[in-house]
Amino acid sequence: MPKLKPSKGAPYARILGVGGYRPTRVVPNEVILEKIDSSDEWIRSRSGIETRHWANDEETVAAMSIEASGKAIADAGISAEQIGGVIVSTVSHFKQTPAVATEIADKLGTNKAAAFDISAGCAGFGYGLTLAKGMIVEGSAEYVLVIGVERLSDLTDLEDRATAFLFGDGAGAVVVGPSKEPAIGPTVWGSEGDKSETIKQTVPWTDYRVGEVDKFPAITQEGQAVFRWAVFEMAKVAQQALDAAGITPDDLDVFIPHQANERIIDSMVKTLKLPEHVTVARDVRTTGNTSAASIPLAMERLLATGEAKSGDTALVIGFGAGLVYAATVVTLP
Amino acid sequence: MAATQEEIVAGLADIVNEIAGIPVEDVQLDKSFTDDLDVDSLSMVEVVVAAEERFDVKIPDEDVKNLKTVGDATDYILKHQG
Repeated sequence: MPKLKPSKGAPYARILGVGGYRPTRVVPNEVILEKIDSSDEWIRSRSGIETRHWANDEETVAAMSIEASGKAIADAGISAEQIGGVIVSTVSHFKQTPAVATEIADKLGTNKAAAFDISAGCAGFGYGLTLAKGMIVEGSAEYVLVIGVERLSDLTDLEDRATAFLFGDGAGAVVVGPSKEPAIGPTVWGSEGDKSETIKQTVPWTDYRVGEVDKFPAITQEGQAVFRWAVFEMAKVAQQALDAAGITPDDLDVFIPHQANERIIDSMVKTLKLPEHVTVARDVRTTGNTSAASIPLAMERLLATGEAKSGDTALVIGFGAGLVYAATVVTLP
Repeated sequence: MAATQEEIVAGLADIVNEIAGIPVEDVQLDKSFTDDLDVDSLSMVEVVVAAEERFDVKIPDEDVKNLKTVGDATDYILKHQG
């Protein structure tokens, strides 16, 4: 048998740059209230959400991704030709073949980078980041772009008073590259398929095509069950990610949970007993829940406003439909 | 040892006070969590999880919606406590 050459990667990986794109149209709660019997006060008290962004026809999944990625590439200080992999996490790109990642890789000017889409709901960013880190350490790419992008407004039932106000659109991207020091901790991730009914698309596309249902598919969820799982089970996962990285809450500078709902964020902070000095991302207030895009968008905003700074230690955790989750500790770019 | 009805109401009063800031003396058997005690559906989940821990009882998601009043919760815990 011939002896195969081993692949040779970087010792470690780190996030080198981050970028975000928020659609130009800002949608306040008043617009949501045109179709549901609720109030601005009720929406704010249940979710913390004041406004969200909805994409227009030109702000496609690919277009938003390219904008966010361009900023992330510039922030990383590399050129697009150096990117060897493009990973796109989305559940709201409605042309499933080919993968939208290939169009994005091409339009950004990468040199035929490996490109593929993944589906991991609101944990998509952490899933993508973990794959990127593996590719870099294994040696199949030097730089990998991880994009979380959603147009959840296309999957929102505007007449459902429990979810109509929750979702938003946008794209967040990071460039992951080689590092001499560990800067992305071990990922604690997993799935609980026995809870697949907790958050889901109402019906398959095929049911809509054959006319079995009148209403376009939308995302629906069991609010109380999601809240319990997100707060109490995910707090355990977050703690495991801290343990795996070998740090304690005291060592943290920043906490960036998936921006699902501010009440979940508040309860997680309480359950995790995070110290006062930890900056907590609350981008959900003005961005809504953008699923896979929420963590990189929140990261970008914290860095842009100066609430967080390059080199800070951040705990990131995504959780959502599947149910799936992924948590890790990262050094901010 | 299993908690008595009185102990459960007192425990729930502590929990509701901690989570929603309601004075403990307002937490009575006939009070509705949402209508009288300002405990909304999400805070109710926090009350339930705290009660599970305190009284060694499991309250599945599908049963939470039936616990409208402090009395409902007290009866449930009396019946199911470990």
